[in-house]
Amino acid sequence: MAPLLELDGIGKTYPGVRALDGVSLRLERGEVLGLIGENGAGKSTLMKVLGGVVPSSEGTIRIDGQLQASWDVPAATRAGIAFVHQELSLFDNLDVAGNVLFGREPLRGGPLRLFDRRAAREKVAPILRRLGADFTPDTPVAELSIAQRQLVEIARALAAEARIIILDEPTSSLTLSETARLLSVVKELRAGGVGLIYITHRLGEIIDCADRVVCLRDGRMVGALQREDIAHGTMIRLMIGRELRSLYAPPTNPPGEGGLEVRGLVTSAFPARQVDLHIRPGEILGLAGLVGAGRTSLARTLFGIDPPLAGEIRLDGRPLALRGPRDAVAAGIYLAPEDRKRAGLVLDMPITQNVTLANAADYTRGGLLMHRLERAAAEKQRQGLRIKAPDCGVRASTLSGGNQQKVVLGKWLSMAPRVILFDEPTRGIDVGAKGEIYALMRALSDHGVAILMISSDMEEVLGVSDRIVVMHEGRISGGLDRSGFSEQAVLRLAIGGTRQEAEETHA
Amino acid sequence: MSKKELGLALLLIVIGGITAALNPLFLSGVNLLNMANLIGLFGIFAIGQGLIIITGGIDLSVGSMFALLGVILVDLLVNFELFWPLAVLAVIGVGLVLGLLHGLLVTRLKLQPFVVTLCGLLIYRGIARYYTQDSTSGFGYAGDIDTVSWLAAGRSFGIPNPFIIMVVVALIMAVVLHRTVFGRYLYAVGRNEEAARYSGINTDAVITGAYVLGGALAGLAGVLLVFYTSSVSPSSFGNFYELYAIAAAVLGGCSLRGGEGSVLGIVLGTVLLQILQNLVNILGIPSSLNFAVMGGVILLGVIADQQLGQRKQRIQSNRAQGLAPAE
Repeated sequence: MAPLLELDGIGKTYPGVRALDGVSLRLERGEVLGLIGENGAGKSTLMKVLGGVVPSSEGTIRIDGQLQASWDVPAATRAGIAFVHQELSLFDNLDVAGNVLFGREPLRGGPLRLFDRRAAREKVAPILRRLGADFTPDTPVAELSIAQRQLVEIARALAAEARIIILDEPTSSLTLSETARLLSVVKELRAGGVGLIYITHRLGEIIDCADRVVCLRDGRMVGALQREDIAHGTMIRLMIGRELRSLYAPPTNPPGEGGLEVRGLVTSAFPARQVDLHIRPGEILGLAGLVGAGRTSLARTLFGIDPPLAGEIRLDGRPLALRGPRDAVAAGIYLAPEDRKRAGLVLDMPITQNVTLANAADYTRGGLLMHRLERAAAEKQRQGLRIKAPDCGVRASTLSGGNQQKVVLGKWLSMAPRVILFDEPTRGIDVGAKGEIYALMRALSDHGVAILMISSDMEEVLGVSDRIVVMHEGRISGGLDRSGFSEQAVLRLAIGGTRQEAEETHA
Repeated sequence: MSKKELGLALLLIVIGGITAALNPLFLSGVNLLNMANLIGLFGIFAIGQGLIIITGGIDLSVGSMFALLGVILVDLLVNFELFWPLAVLAVIGVGLVLGLLHGLLVTRLKLQPFVVTLCGLLIYRGIARYYTQDSTSGFGYAGDIDTVSWLAAGRSFGIPNPFIIMVVVALIMAVVLHRTVFGRYLYAVGRNEEAARYSGINTDAVITGAYVLGGALAGLAGVLLVFYTSSVSPSSFGNFYELYAIAAAVLGGCSLRGGEGSVLGIVLGTVLLQILQNLVNILGIPSSLNFAVMGGVILLGVIADQQLGQRKQRIQSNRAQGLAPAE
């Protein structure tokens, strides 16, 4: 019998980025395929292609051996592909049955097209029983826990008679016992002949349930493991397994004293965890960890956006009370946020006004803004940072990602930075511009600025940092000095291992 | 002058020219002075409305505020016989405080501006009517109001004082909006509040500031309006005026999404609205069609602006990409 799903030579090119390159994979009925890879390896893109959300640049898709000529969302749905997303996509304001049957509501009343509640309940109840759900079809979704909502999503897939279910980081917000429940549901589905693709960072779950594992790296399929070969070590080797390009430019001076010291900081994202951290002037401190480990929340707290629940923040030995970003900016702590289009820039404003946004008062004489001074300041940043734009009067929205990031930097460099927090500084930026950003970070640190670089890009973390700390579920799981840097060590810490384990891995 | 304002000015001239050609009375001294007076009255609070709209907000309460402020002003002058500068300051102060209240409700309690000021619209009108028991109040034989009455409704050098006051307000607000840090922050907050906050701007204070200014300008306009009509009937005084202000701001290039607009544009928008009102009268169009004409012209103007804006954006992004090829 032909395999349920067969991808052959799938490639996807975004302008300037090769997101997927010749990916082939196969899924059989009643099989759980584990899909692993680091952040940015291309897993999400591959799944978007599979779901028909983005078209592939090349390659073929076969369902039951049938070559699919055109592939889009309706075609994927017809083929029986269903997603259970990382971010849940349920309607809070409907009940379970309404969600499960959304778009396929049983109707009555002929032309009135009324929602048939009873039929819906009768249709959904057996599915919930099959999944071992402890709630009824008419429970409002708003009252369900995250784990229960996940079951609703799976029920939705089953109601659509999905034959291929893709679980994307399904357990990222589940407790251990909820995870165990989910895994037993996965096995039950497999026994029922459904093909599942299971994407996760939690390798233990893969060991528990996958029949086969494939690994993506830099958009390529880099290897597959059969059931008997699946183990932590083999998977981590597959996920890494490449030569690291050398990005490292050593600092000119040893790190100085002072800088930003954090003691016992409790952020709202993880109220039960404490963070201790020391960012020294003249060094780039890399902050690694899996998505959702609490890194962005830490940066937001250090920048005054989220108030800390407890703990102490000191800058050069003096305690800081951050009541808002205003206090952080006044103290010389700046943030280059992860989402630069939303939080870093005013896209509809010209480069000039973006550069002078945070210290506009410095360009006034007698209370009036002097456009000449503003232009001069922006022009200086444009040249210093080599922002590619015809002039500083063009709107930030017209620039490429790398140049937008430089404008964000220009805003802070035209002031007096003491600490700069970079959150995913090169996300969505092509290789050439990445190098420029790294060089800028090094130049800043050599000028005595303390730099924290949050990054999910392993190459970047290992290649740019002078020191690395790793977060896991809201706490710092360990730190590494340059001599102890290795991808294995960082990954160990990122999935919650101890420093000792990390060192053993390295040895 | 930006292209948008130039276009609006051109539209003004065309419509004015056609009207004048159809009926030369349009350009008669009496008619022009009358229009100037109304432009002055409406321009002042339209500018205040524009500031609020630039932050991405809206103020629906202006018209009702006029009723409440008018009632207070007449009461202070006639029944309490307060020295007129104090009465005027008190009324502007009440407008300012109401604006502050709106601003705090919007920024502190994160209520939607539409809802906050809609409630203001209902509440202020209600209070004004209750306080006066729905009866019209005027100045009657109150003494000592000749000076203020002249200031608010008279003429200097043949020009209606409200128009002169509006020009002064417009000049001041133009400097505030286009040349001060506060003005820059108004635009930044309107375009991307999050990025403004991430740049260390006290966005709550900026937004509240816009409502405070809007309230104070409404107070000033309220005083002038009372002397223009010389009596206040609380159930109808100022009805729909907030919509005139919003219409003028939108015509003048303010986007209800925030972050766009200029003082000159708002003033031109006010002028256009008054010309439209006037031409309905002067061309003998049934006055019941008044609103329909205004609505039609605004709709056309906004459609034209939208189309031109999209074209401009395409050209600009082509230009940027042409010079900085995809990295």
